[in-house]
Amino acid sequence: MDATSGIPVERTLKPYLIGIVLALILTAIPFGIVAFGAMERQTALIVIAVFAVIQILVHLHFFLHIDFRSTPRENLIALAFACVLIFIMVGGSLWIMFDLYHRMMV
Amino acid sequence: MTAAADAMTVTPQDAQKYEEKEFGFWLYLMSDAIIFACLFATYLVMVGNAAGGPTGKDVFSLERAAAETALLLFSSTTFGVAAVALSQADRPKVLLWLAVTFALGAGFIVLEFGEFAGMIAEGAGPDRSGFLSAFFTLVGTHGLHVSVGLLWILVMMGQVLFKGLTAPVASRVMRLGLFWHFLDIIWVVIFSVVYLPGLL
Repeated sequence: MDATSGIPVERTLKPYLIGIVLALILTAIPFGIVAFGAMERQTALIVIAVFAVIQILVHLHFFLHIDFRSTPRENLIALAFACVLIFIMVGGSLWIMFDLYHRMMV
Repeated sequence: MTAAADAMTVTPQDAQKYEEKEFGFWLYLMSDAIIFACLFATYLVMVGNAAGGPTGKDVFSLERAAAETALLLFSSTTFGVAAVALSQADRPKVLLWLAVTFALGAGFIVLEFGEFAGMIAEGAGPDRSGFLSAFFTLVGTHGLHVSVGLLWILVMMGQVLFKGLTAPVASRVMRLGLFWHFLDIIWVVIFSVVYLPGLL
């Protein structure tokens, strides 16, 4: 929001176009890997995860316009805090549940 | 400045107000992300528990997932075009691109509804197994969000049409944009965690 221009939104087309091109590439590759069965399961899962993380960052930057210059600091802190909570809850749940699973099976 | 752009003029005080609203909405989105994270954790724990019923390989379709993904990705871009039109205070273009975004989002919901209906008809409904309960809860929650987003797009089209591009309307459209792009990110995680590993 730029008070001097008087208009509450300043948006240009360029980031959205870069974003969609990157997003399409980052989507097409994992779909292609699954469609053609090009890799072993374990490797494919890792590649899919890596592409997903990169694509999330692309979406955050080019669609949601998150960056370290113009995004208010509180928004970044909230985002970082959410990431920590997500990591603890997803990581913790999987850890506990699969540990339990293996103890029950053995 | 054109008359239309003039209506969007805000004082620094108002600008602060809109920034605070955006921050509040951002906090909501982050808490929503945590809800989805819990649903993802549940899904990952339950995905192996097919109870002798169908697994992901039997019920997912790569083509349908790809089509749903394409619709949501393009709808994010068309929303971006609407946001650009908004910053140029071009009312007809804002309406046009919101309508295109709505059409793409509605296409997604139609595909997803067809997928759910087909699965339930085949006996692979949410009551079949732990895996399917978790699947319907996770993907259904996302679908519900998209449906609410579609309703919101309609409301904003109405406001742009009848109230014009005033500062409050413009700031609401921008928050709708946050919501819409956020749902796209959730979908990226859904196809990476649910559909692709399920079909691998």
